[in-house]
Amino acid sequence: MSLSSKKDAQRVSLGDSLLVETACAKLAARNVNVFYGEKHAIKDVTLDINCNEVTALIGPSGCGKSTFLRCLNRMNDTIDTCRVTGTITLDGENIYASKVDSVYLRTRVGMVFQKPNPFPKSIFENVAYGPRIHGLTSSRSELESVVLTSLERAGLLEEVRDRLHASGISLSGGQQQRLCIARAIAVSPEVILMDEPCSALDPIATAKIEELIDELQHNFTIVIVTHSMQQAARVSQRTAFFHLGELVECGGTEQIFTNPVNRLTQGYITGRFG
Amino acid sequence: MNSRIPPTPLPSLSIQSTQCLRARIRRRHVAERRFRFYGFSAMVLTLAVLVLVFSFILSKSYTAFQENVLSLRIAIDSAMIDSKGNPLTADYRELIQKAVAGLFPAVTDRHDRHLLFSLISEGAPYALRALVTRQRQQAKRDGNIIVDVLLSDEADQFLKGHITAHVSEKERKIKDLQVTWLKELQARGLIHSRFNITLFTAGDSREPELAGILGAVTGSFYLVIVTLGLSFPVGVASAVYLEEFAPRNRLTDMIEVNINNLAAVPSVVFGLLGLAVFLNGLSFPRSAPLVGGFVLSLLILPTIILAARAALKAVPLSIREAALGIGASKMQSILHHVLPLAMPGIMTGTILGLAHALGESAPLLMIGMVAFVVDTPVTLLDPATVLPVQIYLWADSPERAFLEKTAAAIVVLLGFLIAMNTIAIMVRIKFERRW
Ligand SMILES: Nc1ncnc2c1ncn2[C@@H]1O[C@H](COP(=O)(O)OP(=O)(O)OP(=O)(O)O)[C@@H](O)[C@H]1O
Ligand SMILES: [Mg+2]
Repeated sequence: MSLSSKKDAQRVSLGDSLLVETACAKLAARNVNVFYGEKHAIKDVTLDINCNEVTALIGPSGCGKSTFLRCLNRMNDTIDTCRVTGTITLDGENIYASKVDSVYLRTRVGMVFQKPNPFPKSIFENVAYGPRIHGLTSSRSELESVVLTSLERAGLLEEVRDRLHASGISLSGGQQQRLCIARAIAVSPEVILMDEPCSALDPIATAKIEELIDELQHNFTIVIVTHSMQQAARVSQRTAFFHLGELVECGGTEQIFTNPVNRLTQGYITGRFG
Repeated sequence: MNSRIPPTPLPSLSIQSTQCLRARIRRRHVAERRFRFYGFSAMVLTLAVLVLVFSFILSKSYTAFQENVLSLRIAIDSAMIDSKGNPLTADYRELIQKAVAGLFPAVTDRHDRHLLFSLISEGAPYALRALVTRQRQQAKRDGNIIVDVLLSDEADQFLKGHITAHVSEKERKIKDLQVTWLKELQARGLIHSRFNITLFTAGDSREPELAGILGAVTGSFYLVIVTLGLSFPVGVASAVYLEEFAPRNRLTDMIEVNINNLAAVPSVVFGLLGLAVFLNGLSFPRSAPLVGGFVLSLLILPTIILAARAALKAVPLSIREAALGIGASKMQSILHHVLPLAMPGIMTGTILGLAHALGESAPLLMIGMVAFVVDTPVTLLDPATVLPVQIYLWADSPERAFLEKTAAAIVVLLGFLIAMNTIAIMVRIKFERRW
């Protein structure tokens, strides 16, 4: 069973990637393997992520979605035991090449984490931090306008306009998550990685963030990990299904949800296992 | 995989098991009360010991904060002050003795006069000279000057009630004649007691009434400054390296174990190390606060490293990831986020380490800080002593008067320690975790 599913996965993703390679593959993973010490967490994954699209990564808990996502901006470098093989290219350039600076890479590929993690500083400082360390702005007023625009685009400005200098921690969970999104887009990345951004949020805050993702999609390439099938269906154009570290199936969201090729995918999205 | 297991019904409780349950709950409550009582009594015991120690020390020391002085009127003659008004080198001792003898004209016997003069401190001539220097114009105009001279330590102790007249004359330092003189002086209102300025303005002395803690406090201050300046940057830097950069392997494990070992090394050993390396090897001067600071830095470095590592470890991964995720370098994430968040913990550890260093004496004995030093140190290379060593020295002295001085020095040292611990606690409260 595992053999056939592997074949399936390869065929689907390969066929797909052939199609889109001519279009616009922002990020392309080729034969990516990830090991945590002895543990083989990602097995030979080949996947394209298209420009200005939302790609959803779904799959049961522990299947390696976060691991794969963290490969895309080399966040895994911070884990001592983690080892990555294969290539991932951003605009055709291998991000694991030795000459690539992971710090610079992360300004192009931003990340929003599962748990909101604002800095224990003011709301303004949270958003201003990125532009400041990268020297993106030359004057205070420019910085202020970047901060305000980012908050605006993250849909948070209205709520915090009169308390920009209050602590970022004083916000509610949903507001904190939108603050983290504002912080991520303040450095104008090309790709935004989101690891279950709504898992700690109520439905209203979730709806806000989903709206936001729709908004952002015009300017950014977005990869989102989610446990909610509805969310994947609502926000993404493409969906990739992972199982036990393998990429089982990847395709247009509509196709995956209405007409999955693989039995495992079908089982997962109809909620028969997971 | 898909089959649902039907829920098993909970066993209903029989009457008997309900009773069983009640008894169990009761026992649990009793046990809990007992547990709380143990904790409470332990705390009371600790507090009682603390109160006992403090009240004992305070009761021994409070008299040391007072000193008895005798007011003498000294006639100023032209020999003492020249035409320009500068005090000349006169025999101030003789002047004092003349004035004292003038108070008791009946005492003429040589032996008795000697007894009479010994009621006055050896430091009196110097005090007189200093006063004349300060008030020479006035003294010249008036033709005399009133000076408060310290009594000798024995007279002072007698007046404070530490020497009683009940034991036979041979066994006490203060003789019957002296007792009558003192009483008469008191009756004439010439003796009064004042706040003990000498204690806080003088260095060490062989004469108890002239001894003070200024030298020791200054030495301690220099030592703490040197220790802080050395151990804080080195300690924090090594903690940051070990916690944030060092790879996890045999070598770093070994380093970690050895830092913990270092924290357990008896402090005398650090003193011997300082003696061997800094004094014999590098030929630094003996008794210098600089060398003492080196030694104490070694002593508290493990404490600071351990505290700093714990504080760094407590900063959540999510903060580091947040910084890295928007393209901060590792250094930026540490300097801008991790270190500021860890700082309260690091500071608390450092202050506690410094308090430890402040109370340390054994390693300093090894590098010669036990010397009898009269002058207050000015530079870091001057010979100095520190408060705990001063306490040790005074506690070892035979004079009765040094006993209360010892207690007073302990009170001052404890005051510093309490202040530092309070600051540590305040830092901790002020910068309570903010994530
Ligand atoms: N730091 C780590 N060290 C060792 N193993 C890890 C580490 N992080 C993840 N793993 C393992 O790698 C596998 C994939 O983990 P990952 O976090 O990517 O799963 P996930 O798909 O994101 O799951 P979830 O939906 O629960 O977040 C898991 O089996 C996990 O145990
Ligand atoms: Mg995950």
